[in-house]
Amino acid sequence: MTLRSLVMRRATNLSATLLMGLATLMVLLPLGIIFYHIIKMGFSSINPGFFTSIPKPPGEAGGGMANGMAGSAVMIGMASLVGVPVGIFGAIYLTEYGGGRLATAIRFSADVLSGIPSIITGMVAYTLLVVPMKGFSALAGSFALALIMIPIVLRTTEEQLKMVPVSLREASLALGVPLWRTSLKVTLRSALTGVITGILLAVARVAGETAPLLFTALGNQFWSNKLTEPMAALPLQIFNFAIAPYEDWHRLAWGGALVLVVLMFTLSLAARWLGRSKH
Amino acid sequence: MSTKIRLDNLNIHFGANHAVKDVSMEVAENSVTAIIGPSGCGKSTVLRSINRMHDMTPSARVTGCIMLDDTDIYSRSVDPVAIRRRVGMVFQKPNPFPAMSIHDNVIAGYKLNGVLKKGDADEIVESSLKRVALWDEVKDRLKRSAMELSGGQQQRLCIARTIAVKPEVILMDEPASALDPISTLKIEELIEELKERYTIIIVTHNMQQAARVSDVTAFFYLGEMIEMGETRKIFTNPEKKQTEDYITGRFG
Amino acid sequence: MDKTATRKNGDGIFRALTMLFAFSILIILLIMAGEMVWESLPSLRKFGWGFITGSDWDAVQGSFAALPYLYGSIVSSILAILLATPLSVGTALFITELAPHKVGVVTASLVELLAAIPSVIYGLWGILVMTPWLQTTIEPFLIKHLGFLPFFQGAPYGVSMLAAVFILMIMIIPIITSITKEVLLAVPQSQKEAAFALGATRWEMIRMAVIPYGRSGILGAVILGLGRAIGETMAVTMVIGNTPQISLSLLSPAYTMPSVIANEFAEATSKLHTASLMEIGLILLVVTLVINFMARLLLWSVTRRWKGGTP
Repeated sequence: MTLRSLVMRRATNLSATLLMGLATLMVLLPLGIIFYHIIKMGFSSINPGFFTSIPKPPGEAGGGMANGMAGSAVMIGMASLVGVPVGIFGAIYLTEYGGGRLATAIRFSADVLSGIPSIITGMVAYTLLVVPMKGFSALAGSFALALIMIPIVLRTTEEQLKMVPVSLREASLALGVPLWRTSLKVTLRSALTGVITGILLAVARVAGETAPLLFTALGNQFWSNKLTEPMAALPLQIFNFAIAPYEDWHRLAWGGALVLVVLMFTLSLAARWLGRSKH
Repeated sequence: MSTKIRLDNLNIHFGANHAVKDVSMEVAENSVTAIIGPSGCGKSTVLRSINRMHDMTPSARVTGCIMLDDTDIYSRSVDPVAIRRRVGMVFQKPNPFPAMSIHDNVIAGYKLNGVLKKGDADEIVESSLKRVALWDEVKDRLKRSAMELSGGQQQRLCIARTIAVKPEVILMDEPASALDPISTLKIEELIEELKERYTIIIVTHNMQQAARVSDVTAFFYLGEMIEMGETRKIFTNPEKKQTEDYITGRFG
Repeated sequence: MDKTATRKNGDGIFRALTMLFAFSILIILLIMAGEMVWESLPSLRKFGWGFITGSDWDAVQGSFAALPYLYGSIVSSILAILLATPLSVGTALFITELAPHKVGVVTASLVELLAAIPSVIYGLWGILVMTPWLQTTIEPFLIKHLGFLPFFQGAPYGVSMLAAVFILMIMIIPIITSITKEVLLAVPQSQKEAAFALGATRWEMIRMAVIPYGRSGILGAVILGLGRAIGETMAVTMVIGNTPQISLSLLSPAYTMPSVIANEFAEATSKLHTASLMEIGLILLVVTLVINFMARLLLWSVTRRWKGGTP
């Protein structure tokens, strides 16, 4: 091998290395810029009133997103009430009885379901709930969010349950504990932190979902205290205010974005912390 | 002595694999029966069929008959859970519940079933731990995690957990194979004492152990029971050539 | 005896209950698919194939055809993929092969942060920060220097196909990067060592050992990213300009399938309008299903080969 070719090879290696580093920088740069804007714009528009009052009409300064935050909390809560048990019990079925073709079909469906664009979930919730109930409602919004949560909770729970050693289940069964008690009190109990991690991630995911709420919960400029009426949600408000031509509303949107991002990161940090303390 | 367990033409399949072939045997009450044989001979498979642990394996198929006293344990009307209450099991590797304290591990069978009167717990814990000779070693740290115990202590805890629910039969699947010699000795002494109250079947690959602890020994090879008889006789004067080859260490 | 019976029932009920929950997932999927087809029927019957070849979308006249939305979805997603793939693969290689362990871990979790940001926040940033910047800086620059190409002609609006491509690129990079990272991590160490032992430089090792092993997995990651880009709704809706036209110029506004659904579905009054939007949803559903299926097949074959191939 000639010296020249070795130099060439080294040069190629160096430039490839530089390109990889450059690619990484270009990937992380938008992250930095976006965070800079969210933090800068978000903090300047958040004040105590932001958390306690509802949006003001365009042109009036001030106002907040209290109704959006409350609405999001309500709908996420209701979605969890449906999505978490369905996901967890479905996962228990797959681990306890899931050898057959039905289980394979269910796993496949969960994967397919999690790949469906969330706007389509919204359309289906619309035809299933909004049309028969003759109106947009928080109920329909929660239903759409639940549909998104189910496959996430199911697959993470199943993974966690599978990691519980067989020896623990056998120990319980050999003591004459019925399978259902063993499933709940030994298997699920042992996997609990992992399962909670999965739930937190699922909540973080749906907390930012906007598309499925567009024609289910619809959004609301005011407080609503009925589940059968349109309800405000934080991501919906961010969307509506961002595309509106009013400076004050833009400011609110940035504030909402900051709240949402802080919520997401709190949830995913909590999930990570839980996941770590287990090992 | 009366017969506690009777196996009649027991066959066990895992899918296409015929793991246990036409096994028939009788186990007397309050005796220790050892099942020996080279690994893969089906000895653990037979053991696990006696408290229906194969129910959890979808591919497993058990045919033939196992009688526990007058109950056909594979009969349709019999609840496997009820059988497992009567037939306890101790596993190869100690498997205490990691999230529970020593105290709670002993009464796990009650706790998990949600049937325990408050006052009874401490008494059950103390008597069970005394019976496995663990009480003095752990009485000051009952609330600590069971995972802090040594391997041998964990295994005795698992035995305490098993006898706490008052079974009639205890199945032991190589209970000392993961333990050091001193812990092994303690387990063997314990088996000797336990047989006064329980019927014990122990699977072991350690022939000296079988010779030390058991009254009756059954030799298994390739899924079949080759020979069964009084332990002294099996180890000194076996009838079958395969048995002799195995106990003299010529194969397996 | 009585107690035994209740215990047995307990397990029976438990099995039935968990099965019901598990089964509901299958049912949900079937209902979703069935519902989408059923609700699209009026449009399917009326327009037939013309729906995807025509360009006329007029709610007043009651004539609907979706080509501009198809065009917008396909072009924006493919361009975003073309831009995102080299950056993602480069970043994944940086994380797995180049960076010191700690730097790699930090980079990987930063990339995960990008994935956790909700779509609507990308849209907010896109419409309030990125598009004004595109309008005043990037687009005039492109017009001035590359304006002779048909792709960079017209006036700088800011909201445009270009904006959608950029925002989609930023959004799918984390997905492609993290899956590619997993794929690369699964390359057997022995392969890499063999290449080094032959005197390969790091880059040659990557080319000889890592890339060939990871190729189909990386392709799977890219296809998964494509599926995500096609279904992406909020951010694109906020920056693409929502104009149903087919223009070669990346500077002109465009429209995508999810965007038209997001904008018009709640307000569609005529049955045919709703059905037409449903049919767009149906097309979107079929496309994303096919794409996800292909991606999983690729990723699955990769992981399976390794599981079977290495002891």
